[in-house]
Amino acid sequence: MRYAMAIDTKRCVGCADCVVACQTENNVPEGYCRDWIVEETIGAFPELQLEIRSERCNHCADSPCVRCCPTGASHYEEGGVVLVNHDECIGCKACIASCPYDARFVHPEGYVDKCTFCIHRVREGKNPACVDVCPTHAMIFGDVDDRNSDISKALRTRKYKTLIPEAGTEPHVFYLL
Amino acid sequence: MAKKLNRREFIKIAGMGAGGLAVGSSFLKPVSLFGQPLSKEKLLTSTFSEVTPTYCEICFWKCAGWVHKKEGKPWKIVGNPDDAHSNGRFCPRGTGGLGAYTDPDRLKTPLIRVEERGKQVFREASWDEAFDYITDKMNRIKEKYGPECMALFTHGSGGGYFKNLIRAYGSNNIAAPSYAQCRGPRAEAYLLTYGEGVGSPERTDIENTKCLVLIGSHIGENMHNGQVQEFTKAHMNGATVITVDPRFSTAASKSKYWLPIKPSTDLALLLAWINVIIEEELYDKEYVKKYTYGFDALKKAVKHNTPEWAYPITTIKPHVIRETAREMAAAAPAVIIHPGRHVTWYGDDTQRVRAGAILNALLGSWGRRGGFYAPSKAHVPKPKHPAYPKPSKGWRDAFPDKYPLANLALSSGICDATIPSTTDACSIKGWIVYGTNLIQTLPQPEKTIKAIQNLELLVAIDIMPSEITGWADVVLPECTYLERYDDLRISQGRVPSIALRAPAFEPRYNTKPAYWMAVQLAGRLGLSAYFPYERIEDYLEYRLKAVGSSLEEMKKLGVKNLPLEQELYFLNGEEYEFATPSGKIELYSETLAENGFDPIPVYTAHEEPEDGYYRLLYGRAPMHSFGRTTNNPLLYELKSENEVWINPKVAREWAIKTGDYIRLENQDKVVSNKIKVKVTERIRHDCVYMVHGFGHGQKQMRRSYKRGADDARLISRVNVDPIMGGTGMRVNFVTFRKEVA
Repeated sequence: MRYAMAIDTKRCVGCADCVVACQTENNVPEGYCRDWIVEETIGAFPELQLEIRSERCNHCADSPCVRCCPTGASHYEEGGVVLVNHDECIGCKACIASCPYDARFVHPEGYVDKCTFCIHRVREGKNPACVDVCPTHAMIFGDVDDRNSDISKALRTRKYKTLIPEAGTEPHVFYLL
Repeated sequence: MAKKLNRREFIKIAGMGAGGLAVGSSFLKPVSLFGQPLSKEKLLTSTFSEVTPTYCEICFWKCAGWVHKKEGKPWKIVGNPDDAHSNGRFCPRGTGGLGAYTDPDRLKTPLIRVEERGKQVFREASWDEAFDYITDKMNRIKEKYGPECMALFTHGSGGGYFKNLIRAYGSNNIAAPSYAQCRGPRAEAYLLTYGEGVGSPERTDIENTKCLVLIGSHIGENMHNGQVQEFTKAHMNGATVITVDPRFSTAASKSKYWLPIKPSTDLALLLAWINVIIEEELYDKEYVKKYTYGFDALKKAVKHNTPEWAYPITTIKPHVIRETAREMAAAAPAVIIHPGRHVTWYGDDTQRVRAGAILNALLGSWGRRGGFYAPSKAHVPKPKHPAYPKPSKGWRDAFPDKYPLANLALSSGICDATIPSTTDACSIKGWIVYGTNLIQTLPQPEKTIKAIQNLELLVAIDIMPSEITGWADVVLPECTYLERYDDLRISQGRVPSIALRAPAFEPRYNTKPAYWMAVQLAGRLGLSAYFPYERIEDYLEYRLKAVGSSLEEMKKLGVKNLPLEQELYFLNGEEYEFATPSGKIELYSETLAENGFDPIPVYTAHEEPEDGYYRLLYGRAPMHSFGRTTNNPLLYELKSENEVWINPKVAREWAIKTGDYIRLENQDKVVSNKIKVKVTERIRHDCVYMVHGFGHGQKQMRRSYKRGADDARLISRVNVDPIMGGTGMRVNFVTFRKEVA
């Protein structure tokens, strides 16, 4: 089992619903977010392209954050989900420095926080909150080891990319093009 | 309390799963959940999660959803899967609706002004004092000037109770900026052409369309939930999207064709499209013959509107105009020239929207799958009350001999009629302003303030302090939609439906629901007979009983879809009578001709900016509803200020770069608050763009005060639509001022 997310840039309108749904679902404190929107304009007037992406922790298979964590607070959970054990986190920020995606932040309560793929929901058989709220159905969550999952099908039939592949971290958030 | 432990506990409890009243597709069968009857007691005793049905009030789309509490505390709001407005998925504003409840800047208690208007010096008052003050003034206005001199401005669900109150009092001066400052021209254009309007949610069959033409409609940035969902569906199904916009909008980025038109020339493009469709005989001949009136006159009228004629006007190349017209015809009748929503742009807006309506008729899309469907609406009777007194003067008297085809009162007109003049028959003396910040929603704020100075009573009912509450004599703080019942949402759509809003939380502070306020005022004004039910629960029970439901049932369902009463689409070959003078779809409008207007739209050039000035365009951001949400703690975080979009060539000339703060100065020397620059290829060189609703001048909105700039301030000039009185607002030009200190 390997959990992953595919985000369809053709569907995404950049409304940031995923951001606010994450904040309410996970009680993210004011001023912080675990996911965010990036808009990239390519070309010159009037030959333009716009790529809109909802970004978050990439739950890498070879995560520098897990490797560099001195206490083992950053660790892999089932399905390769990268989590931070808040009790073991000493707030040293080594993981923040090592993450190529700038996906982590120090929670006001002192530990490092980030996207959990809503593991508490996933364990109940639900999708992450961002996936379930998205008005344009731009996100697919699932098990890429299961050939019949929606995400496997999407990755077989659509072109996709990952962010900063050259970092070599094997990210598991895919962007459908 | 060990917070870290708490968080782990939370994950552990959540992992157990079955405890919560999960709202998902399993909720489709409302009577039982997990095989057990869903009783109110169960909801109340659940320590983990409680759900309450609501429909969203953050925008007019009014999606139905569920408010979740966890351990008695507000948690989240999610869409109701049975609701066609949201299909179970709220937009960012709805998801962030809790911020309206938690905002510490909310109005907290009734206020009575103690110093001169606008100085914002108030004293806290009891509800009794506030009501007595209002009653006394309203009685005096009635005595001295007549009840017609009271006016109501309204936006939002609670407005209905005050409409009832003000009609009972004896006035029909009831206006909403959503008409003259927004969709009025669309309503009249479609009424003139088809004998009926487009409604809301729009009857556009976007999910089934093969070709969607957007003229300035930036779907995706205007987050009208169901419509955005359908747009994505159509796009992913391979529908051709043609977007006409001076700006490379989100929708433009999803389009096969982006036509970066010169602003103010859309009508020329529409006429050229009509010309191509007719000249190349691409129109639906059978449909045109059977259902339309005035084809020959139309053909003659647009003969000269060739793509070559339109090219120098619009800057859209003739071959692109032809190609896109052919795309529309190839998709017909599954094609939609989208009627737009906010269409008060240049003052000839009814005619521009009508040109689109005519194009739809030529392509046979009205009443066809993938075009416009026939919406159904539930009929839910209201309790009877005595007839309203007949006012001796009506809203039309506020603007005599003008705007003959306006079907609703003009908020701008009523505002004008408040400024005493020798020609106006009716001078308004009192305003009740419910849920609309007139200083930002009406153009020309200086004029609005001048009108306010002439009032004997200004009551503002709102949730948040805003510019208008600062000018009020009495401020009545309403509780948010999450803390109150409201009237049923009765909406049109493919399936008629009703939705319930029930309170999820007790009202915070000393705030009250609008229904209660209206009932209290009615009592003091001797108008209680117009509110047969003192408690809104009883009123709702009456209405629900009439359609075979009950409050109890609706608390479990949230939304109830009712049986369809008519076919969605025209039946093949069937005769239809349209509610127009000719009984047909009027390509040539007899009504317009009789009133001295062009019976077929004619393009006239609009004024252009001088050197160094740029046309000011404005629009929406998906995470905000105008100025109403910019202080919402959750939504503020998503977008805390607006930017001014400037083309790189222009920016180079002015040596302005992204991230700079500048001010905008318009043709009347009105200077904006400072605003951040966004230099982008996504806009033409002859215009600038900003999102509406920012740059609040109300200090009590501590987050949004002076964040970004307010476009309304720069709209010191309007072109009024002579047909229906809409205020065309994209007629202002701005230049840049680099000193921001």
